[in-house]
Amino acid sequence: MSFGEIRVAIDSEQDIVSARQQGRALALELGFSAVDSTLIATAISELARNIVSYAGTGEITLKTIQDSTWKGILIVAADDGPGIYDLRQALRDGFSTSGSLGLGLPGVKRLMDEFQIASQPGKGTRVEVKKWRQ
Amino acid sequence: MEVPILKQGEFLIATFQAALSDADLSQLRRGLVAQVVRFRSRGVIVDVTAMDVMDSYASRTLREMAQMIRLRGAETVIVGIQPEVAFAMVQLGLTLEGVATALDLEEGLAYLNQRFKSTD
Repeated sequence: MSFGEIRVAIDSEQDIVSARQQGRALALELGFSAVDSTLIATAISELARNIVSYAGTGEITLKTIQDSTWKGILIVAADDGPGIYDLRQALRDGFSTSGSLGLGLPGVKRLMDEFQIASQPGKGTRVEVKKWRQ
Repeated sequence: MEVPILKQGEFLIATFQAALSDADLSQLRRGLVAQVVRFRSRGVIVDVTAMDVMDSYASRTLREMAQMIRLRGAETVIVGIQPEVAFAMVQLGLTLEGVATALDLEEGLAYLNQRFKSTD
């Protein structure tokens, strides 16, 4: 099993499909179930779309991770876009567009096991999510 | 990847052949609405069996499409949502509220036939 990483440049909406397909392929290769692989692909789709919609371009990195017991997948979505002014609002779970910024971040958080975000106005956004194999 | 649209009597059937990009989905929406107008269709079936992921953009596009088609007096049925895709949609908080769904093409056709039976 290789522990390399796959980098997918996100330059247009076409790259969203490519990113999520590569993510699903890696998840299946790691032994994730069909359901979990779809959850991972869906999270990648949302993160890649945020890059296209708000930053224009960016990058998705997919990486195999391992701690003492578990194997998992790490997804990093990074861009140098305008950043998020109100992170708390972006993470508020409105279950729809009401009350949230419509970035789908609360949904991505639910799809994955671990979620981290760093963003500053004018300095881009970096979202890191992990899912561990059950 | 263009989605072929099949005319079957009063109904239109659009079957996804593979994963669709945002642009493909928007194009499908335009195309289907235009054909509903052109053929005065009563019902539309969208078969998403081949759709790998139904994210927020895809479900919003399908929901809006169904609403536009309803304004033309026709009904849309989404068929073939895979179990794992449905699971992910629920986790993500996505619904296809206001849009009919059915298990597969056959049940979708049965639904539309039933729906329009009285007016035949």
